[in-house]
Amino acid sequence: MIAEAGLTALWLAAGLAGYQIVLMLLSLRSTIDVVRPMRAVAVVQGALTLIAFAMLLLVFARSDMSVKLVFENSHSAKPFIYKVAGAWGNHEGSMLMWVTVLAVAGAFVALLSRRTSERTLVAGLGSQAVLALGFYAFLLIASNPFARLFPAPPDGEGLNPLLQDPGLAFHPPTLYLGYVGLSVAFSLAVGALLTGEVDSRLARAMRPWVLGAWVLLTLGITAGSYWAYYELGWGGYWFWDPVENASLMPWLAATALLHSINVLAARGALKAWTMMLAVIAFSMSMVGTFLVRSGILTSVHAFAIDPERGTFLLALLAMYVGAAFTLFAVRGARLKEGAPFELVSRESGLVINNLLLSVILGIVFLGTLYPLFVEALSGEKMSVGAPYFNSVAGPLALLLAGLVGIGPLLRWRRQRRPVWGLLKLPALLGASALAITIFLAPHIGMLPRMGFTVAAFLAAASILPLVNRNPLRAPLATWGMVIAHFGIAVALTGMAANAAFTSERLAVARPGEILTVGPWQVQLEDVTPTAGPNYTALEAELHAVRGDQSITLAPQTHYYSDPPTETNESAIRTFWNGQLYTVLGRSDQSGGWQLRLWWKPFVTLIWAGGALIALGGALALLGRLLVGRRRREPDWRERYI
Amino acid sequence: MKPKNQRLVLVGAALISLLAAVLLAMIGLRTQASFFYTPVDIAAGKAREGEAMRLGGMVEKGSIKRDVDGVTIHFMVTDGKAETPVTYRGIVPDLFREGSGAVAEGRMRRGTFLADTILAKHDERYMPPELGNLAAEHKAGKTLEK
Repeated sequence: MIAEAGLTALWLAAGLAGYQIVLMLLSLRSTIDVVRPMRAVAVVQGALTLIAFAMLLLVFARSDMSVKLVFENSHSAKPFIYKVAGAWGNHEGSMLMWVTVLAVAGAFVALLSRRTSERTLVAGLGSQAVLALGFYAFLLIASNPFARLFPAPPDGEGLNPLLQDPGLAFHPPTLYLGYVGLSVAFSLAVGALLTGEVDSRLARAMRPWVLGAWVLLTLGITAGSYWAYYELGWGGYWFWDPVENASLMPWLAATALLHSINVLAARGALKAWTMMLAVIAFSMSMVGTFLVRSGILTSVHAFAIDPERGTFLLALLAMYVGAAFTLFAVRGARLKEGAPFELVSRESGLVINNLLLSVILGIVFLGTLYPLFVEALSGEKMSVGAPYFNSVAGPLALLLAGLVGIGPLLRWRRQRRPVWGLLKLPALLGASALAITIFLAPHIGMLPRMGFTVAAFLAAASILPLVNRNPLRAPLATWGMVIAHFGIAVALTGMAANAAFTSERLAVARPGEILTVGPWQVQLEDVTPTAGPNYTALEAELHAVRGDQSITLAPQTHYYSDPPTETNESAIRTFWNGQLYTVLGRSDQSGGWQLRLWWKPFVTLIWAGGALIALGGALALLGRLLVGRRRREPDWRERYI
Repeated sequence: MKPKNQRLVLVGAALISLLAAVLLAMIGLRTQASFFYTPVDIAAGKAREGEAMRLGGMVEKGSIKRDVDGVTIHFMVTDGKAETPVTYRGIVPDLFREGSGAVAEGRMRRGTFLADTILAKHDERYMPPELGNLAAEHKAGKTLEK
């Protein structure tokens, strides 16, 4: 009954989405006031999808094997938390989560939005309903998460052990909240293009959603990167894997949008440009979902063989993106350009930021899709990996990171005095970092060397907006910006240090033998069998010594039976100046064990930087919300209730 | 700047950066994208010496040999029509075993494929992307034999 209740809720929600579209058309074609029913329906639709999602969680929590999805992705012997998390660790469940977030976001817009005009709000909620309806259709027609199996099998097939990790419980939901948060920016932009009301009020209404989505995407990407780092046991934090790029592309677009929306909010300029970025940002979320969910990455052929889902998603994607761009082409040119600005001004700086981010986005996009095109057109198989992305996008990203230090110092409209005077100290720091790396580490690569240089410059330059004023009286949003920009410098330092100074040791050791990696002497004590809740394992006991420091690490290899899989569980120890990373490999059949050891100086700065960037965004969001509350526009509730 | 000119400059800048992205990507892809080959392609001389590429196929039964250092392995990859010797130094990924599919990244040197990485399979249901075909052909072949 639970599954059927969930399915019914989904059908009802789809019906309500259809009703919202009718309301939107009514509002656009006539002067009928539909704001009240529109808001109410949006809220109910959100509640219905929440119910559907709760029902899915329930069948997973109860291990109801008569539901096909549970049978295929769960097992009764799994720890409870992974049973629940398993609900979104698969195709159907994650699509349901996607549409749930979409509808709930719509409900929140309906409840909270006070800043846009009512016509734009109605058009925006209607656009959100158009988006939701497509994904309801996808779920109900091509990926029903509540399909039953008869007779019910005794037990399930299990969940990929790699995914049985606390990271899984939070990583996809965080990313999805981010992806779908951008849908609000998309819908409001489409709504504003329909009504022609693209102005700074709209920008202020969109901004919290963009900021919130961007913070969650930043957190999701940072957490995903750390998950790949410790779980896969390869010691890398970013692989330029298409699935990773699928999350990076919306982030790049959202970063550009987040900056241009400030120009629109503060100066009323860059109208068309900001609307286009809002469309692109959510389009990239949908491209990401399509890449990950259509199966096209596994093989263009697999996609062609089992085309229902992939084609459906592709059709949705093409329809939404195509319609939004057509609307943009028709209406965008009619928008009046806002306040003018000079060539050297805050606005110009933000335009350059946007252009560089867009170029990087284009490069990542083309590199990610190129193998698919080549295979579809010629049947040749290709892969595009780190060498391409690092060499083509890397220098541009460094250039951008350098400019990040300068842009915030410029004034709106026109910069009268040159800013070089302010930048003397940061420039000096950058130059010294360059000199130090040339003298002390002559053999490191060009990218890490420039990374250190830019990071030193940016670390100093990023805090300048707080200098020469009382920092306590600076707006929260300024603090947020400074912290986020400083976070870029921190992450960049970590990436450069990891690329330049990582030491790696791969060898076979017998118990008692000592291996050296970086400043550490690592001794293999013994390898012993052990067991966990649903796996058996081999555990190595390692003794690591550096100077008078002595620690013990226990990397493991896990063996799962449902499904039969083995995973390497790395053991990592964090110090202020780096991480010692150890992996246990296989036995060499004569008493020796493969060990892979890394000493990674300052690698943790990568994720610390990511966390700072997200924190900066969160502070800016808080600041904007507080300011918005203070000078809030007339509340709809005061009018109606 | 007048608003009209300003818009012109902005549109121009956007177009130039779009072009720049495409141009940079094309140049990068031409030099940095790596082809995927199976042993029969290599036997046919498609792979250039030293060029970064991927090799995929099945690990031949009984072919894995380990050097005395314990971490260097040699094995043969086969696609049923030809085979290529592979050398790899490192911990092989979970589920890398004889008779199952594998994809290696690296380059050819004097007839041997030197692998930098062997791509991990995420679970037993996972097929390396490029091997999807091979497995399908394999199955098709089997059905024909029947």
